[in-house]
Amino acid sequence: MHTDDDRRRLLEAVGISSIDELFSSIPPALRRAGLNLPGGLTELETRARVEMLAAADTIPDSSSFLGAGCYRHFVPAAVRALVSRGEFATAYTPYQPEVSQGTLQHIFEFQTCVCELTGLEVANASLYDGPSALAEAAFMALRLTRREEILVSDGLHPEAAQVVDTYAAGPGFPVRRLPLDPQTGVTVSDPAYLSSAIGAVLVQQPNHLGVVEDIAALAEAAHAAGALIVVSVNPSTLGVLEAPGRLGADIVVGDVQVFGSAPSFGGPSAGFLACYTAHVRQIPGRLVGQTTDSEGRRCYTLTLQAREQHIRRAKATSSICSNQTLSALAATIHLALLGPAGLRERSEICLQRAHRLHTALCALPGVRPLVTGPFFHEFALVLPCPAAHFARAMRECGVDPGVPLTRLLLGTNVGLPGAGPAPGDAVSEHVLLVAVTEVNTPEALDRYVTAAREILAVLSPTEDGS
Amino acid sequence: MTIDRTEPLVFDKGLPGHRAVDLPAAGVPEMDVSELLPGTLLRTTPPRLPELAEPQVVRHYTRLSQLNHSVDTGFYPLGSCTMKYNPKINDEMAALPGFAELHPYQALSEVQGILRLMYETEQILLEITGLRRATLQPAAGAHGELTGVLMIKAYHRDHGGAGRDTVIIPDSAHGTNLASAAMAGYRVVEIPSSQRGLIDVEALRRNLSDRTAAVMMTNPNTLGLFEEDVLQISSLAHEAGALCYYDGANLNAIMGKVRPGDMGMDVVHLNLHKTFSTPHGGGGPGAGPVAVSETLSPYLPLPLIARSDGDGAFTLDYDRPLSIGRVKGFYGNVGVIVRAYTYLVRMGADGLTRAAEDAVLSANYLRARLRDLYPVPHEGPCMHEFVSSATTHLAQDVTARDIAKRLLDFGIHPPTIYFPLIVPEALMVEPTETEDLRALDSFIEAMQQIDREAREDPEILRTAPHTTVVGRPDEVEASRHPILRWRA
Ligand SMILES: Cc1ncc(COP(=O)(O)O)c(C=O)c1O
Repeated sequence: MHTDDDRRRLLEAVGISSIDELFSSIPPALRRAGLNLPGGLTELETRARVEMLAAADTIPDSSSFLGAGCYRHFVPAAVRALVSRGEFATAYTPYQPEVSQGTLQHIFEFQTCVCELTGLEVANASLYDGPSALAEAAFMALRLTRREEILVSDGLHPEAAQVVDTYAAGPGFPVRRLPLDPQTGVTVSDPAYLSSAIGAVLVQQPNHLGVVEDIAALAEAAHAAGALIVVSVNPSTLGVLEAPGRLGADIVVGDVQVFGSAPSFGGPSAGFLACYTAHVRQIPGRLVGQTTDSEGRRCYTLTLQAREQHIRRAKATSSICSNQTLSALAATIHLALLGPAGLRERSEICLQRAHRLHTALCALPGVRPLVTGPFFHEFALVLPCPAAHFARAMRECGVDPGVPLTRLLLGTNVGLPGAGPAPGDAVSEHVLLVAVTEVNTPEALDRYVTAAREILAVLSPTEDGS
Repeated sequence: MTIDRTEPLVFDKGLPGHRAVDLPAAGVPEMDVSELLPGTLLRTTPPRLPELAEPQVVRHYTRLSQLNHSVDTGFYPLGSCTMKYNPKINDEMAALPGFAELHPYQALSEVQGILRLMYETEQILLEITGLRRATLQPAAGAHGELTGVLMIKAYHRDHGGAGRDTVIIPDSAHGTNLASAAMAGYRVVEIPSSQRGLIDVEALRRNLSDRTAAVMMTNPNTLGLFEEDVLQISSLAHEAGALCYYDGANLNAIMGKVRPGDMGMDVVHLNLHKTFSTPHGGGGPGAGPVAVSETLSPYLPLPLIARSDGDGAFTLDYDRPLSIGRVKGFYGNVGVIVRAYTYLVRMGADGLTRAAEDAVLSANYLRARLRDLYPVPHEGPCMHEFVSSATTHLAQDVTARDIAKRLLDFGIHPPTIYFPLIVPEALMVEPTETEDLRALDSFIEAMQQIDREAREDPEILRTAPHTTVVGRPDEVEASRHPILRWRA
């Protein structure tokens, strides 16, 4: 900021004598004399203040098994080192391509990574997060099919389903529910749910209970009814799971938090959206394209902007302007560091460890899997006592055992498969979602099982009378 | 011969078999993947991701970073975007493991620090805006707009206003305002600005009716002018039963001087990545908190951060039956919120007010020094930015775009061009308070030289830039034959 001397020089050049004159267009009745806030701090004091708050939090370690839409993965040091570079972090949207080739090219690389992972042809530069990308994809599918209704699987993360509901309430698009098979936890692909008003079918892979969905069957049912199918995928699984695009998905969305973004209490990360070239003019958000300059040099620029708010205004495909570019960069760098082999290996570690823990926990008295469908690295258990009680007792033994399902259901009206729409119902209370990644060491798995055995012996099954 | 200093794509740099990440063994008895998952669900061809070792990855992205202009490398007076300096301590605080490692579903007793930080951020923003309650959930300004408009819609639904299907927006507005209103299912009516560049109150009056759900405005507006009739505008809107939406993109000009709540605004979104110094990230992540009046508080997204009366513990409040629901997973772009909080407590009351004053002073300085060469069609004083019109240069067949491109050769990021739409050949200049007099004067000198060149050697402008890694991209080709991904 300016020194007092500089302020005087500037005022003089402007031809006024006081700062107040600059604000003369504000009606006097509205003018305020400053803010009712504490005085400023030095950098040293600021640091102490903010560090004090951080110190009040408990930092998860290898014994934390929380997932449910946000996963703790190992992030190589190079990701943070590169993403922190001021040339990336302190630039803005690449409106001037000649001095933004760094940003434009890494977005182009991101778009390519997303296409490769999802098996689709075009991907955008990012959206706010996975759930909002799902809502955008639903709107896009309705525009493409010229229909008005959205059919959402009960396997969507309840928060994602809620975002879809909230977005849909604006234009008043009806949202219908597609249940899970109560036995397997897989979304039913019953044509009876697919009326000719449904334009978009939304499923999550793996679903919020960890179950791997049969995308091909759902895609077939959707297409037979003239609807498009949108798959929200955890891209971390795509080293092992088939690309949704090859199973018939029309639009694939998700969140790249699993590649290079710290959990950070749930944000920021980046949503992505991929589709077929034929649908590109309905895609929301920025797109980077390759072209050449007058000297024939290959370069990149924002393109197909006639879909966007700054040109189409009220007729734009979305209102999104700033997206989540730096988080997308973290994902691109993390993927470049992993490569195809690293991605597959990471997926397999998660898969193997998760199945190991699942087997061991299901062998404990009173513990059973909620559903029987195949799972990837997350699963839902029914405990012989309320999951929240179990979790509290486990945390005292140094293990954060998973997310009680009821935590996801807060503020929603979504329930369990086949168990009715009641967040407070008896079964939901006993369900725990357990996620395993490469940060959960084999020793941590052992600690989990040992502690769970002891705690369940104390807590169950009589405590809650169920 | 043309020198090509561009960087190949990461996909073209790899060598088969290379990788940078080493991972531990699973360490548990392994099963065959085909026993764990049905064969039909398994991937048949691996994704073609780059195959590189760490040094090659680091070199590639370091090189890419060097192809960017950024606030850390030079002046960036991009109007409407508030490209102020982003203090480094903000990033360090956001990276503290006590924030960065937190999982959103940890027990509330384990996350009291971050909840307190978010609670205090809300309180500070409420003081700055003069409103009653806020959500930190939206991820950017436009996301905040959508949230706010959805709340307005829910409010009218509950108050006999379901027939209100229209949002009135001045023609100087940012495109996101119209797009957000349309996304929420509203019809948009644009009203023209007056000669002075302000909302035409008569035009507003004519368009207000029992179909009006809201009036969306930006104040200072996108011309950098304070809407002097704002009180009349908000009372007209309220008398017609409509609510007032305030786009806070330009809040940097008025902190400590005037508050949207006092102007009669019902909903305000803020851009933490503009006003509160969080880095723009090459286009996000930002954060777009939304603050509202008492009237709209019940409609805020779930959950809100609350403080219990008893023990003072911080909690998440889901017990809000009128809430619109959610616009994003979890609680918002928390890493961005930590940065903004760090800035807010460091600046304090005086620092924030002084930031507004210096931002406005610097804009008026540039305006005063440049307006002879680059006429400003609207009377001043301006607030934190001003909009020149480069129409006088059209005589030399030089456009605002040419001027912008020539600035690149001076190592300066150009102003925003061709926005707002109501000013032909617009150059929208926002210097911010973090640029010193030397930087402002260098910009003035560059603009003076460009004006001279326009008269003496316009070709140099029409073919600019001359010193960047690439020249103007062929945009027509890019959109006619889109290449949107790498292919082998
Ligand atoms: C006046 C105005 N309103 C709204 C926005 C949208 O903000 P964001 O990009 O954070 O979504 C902008 C951003 O450039 C703006 O300048």
